[in-house]
Amino acid sequence: MNATPTYLPEGLPAPLDEEGVNAPYWNGLRDGVLRVQRCGCGQWQFGGEHLCHRCHAWDPPWVEIEPRGTIYSWERVWHAAHPLLKSRVPYLAVVVELPQAAGLRMLGNLLGDPVQAVTIGAVVEGVFEHHPQHDPPYTLLQWRLC
Amino acid sequence: MSQRTLRGRAAIVGVGETVYYKHGQAPVPEFRLALQAILAACADAGIDPHDIDGFAGYSNDRTDPSRLAAALGCRRLRSTTMQWGGGGGGCAAAVGNAAAAIAGGLADCVVVFRALAQGAQGRFGQARPQPTAGAEMAWMAPYGVQSPAQKYAFKVRRFMHEHGVRQEALRAVALASYHHAQRNPRAVMHGRPLDAARYDASRWIVEPFHLYDLCLENDGAAATVLVSAERARELRGKPAYVLGVAAGSDFRTFANPVNAPHYASASFVNVAQEVFRMADLGPSDIGSVQAYENFTGGVVMALAEHGFFRPDAANDFMQPEQLVAPDGRLPLNTSGGNLAECYMHGFELVIEAVRQVRGQSTAQAKRHDTSLVIGGPLVSPVSSLIVGSEDTL
Repeated sequence: MNATPTYLPEGLPAPLDEEGVNAPYWNGLRDGVLRVQRCGCGQWQFGGEHLCHRCHAWDPPWVEIEPRGTIYSWERVWHAAHPLLKSRVPYLAVVVELPQAAGLRMLGNLLGDPVQAVTIGAVVEGVFEHHPQHDPPYTLLQWRLC
Repeated sequence: MSQRTLRGRAAIVGVGETVYYKHGQAPVPEFRLALQAILAACADAGIDPHDIDGFAGYSNDRTDPSRLAAALGCRRLRSTTMQWGGGGGGCAAAVGNAAAAIAGGLADCVVVFRALAQGAQGRFGQARPQPTAGAEMAWMAPYGVQSPAQKYAFKVRRFMHEHGVRQEALRAVALASYHHAQRNPRAVMHGRPLDAARYDASRWIVEPFHLYDLCLENDGAAATVLVSAERARELRGKPAYVLGVAAGSDFRTFANPVNAPHYASASFVNVAQEVFRMADLGPSDIGSVQAYENFTGGVVMALAEHGFFRPDAANDFMQPEQLVAPDGRLPLNTSGGNLAECYMHGFELVIEAVRQVRGQSTAQAKRHDTSLVIGGPLVSPVSSLIVGSEDTL
């Protein structure tokens, strides 16, 4: 796997899935696949949960969905909370809504010019941002305008 | 008794606070600050501190009630309650827990307090570098979304988008708080006024928040003391009765990472209904509001959810002149609040509501038989409290 430039500098906290509930999500991202939970009762769920909150079935199964959605909300960070980001401001983070998964939402960075105008409702597609040097390796899902 | 309610069952009979310091500048330890505030509240009430038999706290306060009871020489310790949840979401709920303990016969004299000395304990707005992020932060920290302002800006932006709310509505909260702080000698920002031009020129922290949209970080302590309504009438001061209190949030408010069904919410849809129901009052009966400003945007959202205006009317309602005492339509944060009096995690707001009802505020609202405290918008759980004078019972 080739190292690709990451949107934010290496060294930020890596995601930790303490209870293992979200392994299908994180493993999927490393393989370039986006998965979310969809219970047998039809309920969509993200992040992963032990239970379906609707029918209380244990461990709702994960299904693959297309990483494509619309910008639901956004923020532009000018004052960094992490020392590694002090020289990397501004940067953009977005909440993306996934219509193909009943409107589930996810959070990520919006790739590209950090001072660009951001429009709620704009269509975005997922970009798999690999962090192969990290031990263990992990992948983040980022977003760019279509 | 068929109706389950705390209305009129208990009263705040004393308030006290330390000097409010800039963060890291308290000259004494946090525990000592707590003792100072509690003794001040007891002195205000005319209550012997040995008679305290309960403590109520929130936000994982580090000050242990058993240690307090030993230090104060309390004759016995009965109720000790901690409201779950961080930030100021519990500042009103903790008063409710104290009132419930009294009404239920679990205690007779309960202190509610918050003590904060962040200098020794790290700050809220700074991320301590960690190699990994678990639980809810696993979804955010890898993307540089770490501080509370960064976590909650999305909700405010979405609310502004859905309802056409302009930056000026947020600005009005800051202007009202700073305006009132100029009348309050206790306020950290006393003598440091804010006007619209200064707000507009201030730097962005995270859009849509300017510097002045965010709370301060301070050191200090604040306390109230509650007794039963019957006992309150025997004391020398004017009681502020608990008329209504409610805590909690809504359906899956905390669904991670950003999947609350009602996302653009301050979490008060249910709580606001409950607090008014218990108080048997409506928004038009409220003389002033003390609303927790973690961020100004959350205040606008919380006021809308309490029914003071429809979200689509936020721009019209949130005019600075309408939010200032004595004559504004809804005097807001009449001590200066978290933005300009002191960030005592909202407990300064509880004290100010009592001062309004007693007629002891430095910015008295024209109508002051009732005051509403709104604790912790955007987080979960949140809480609200309505206090009132004897006339409102």
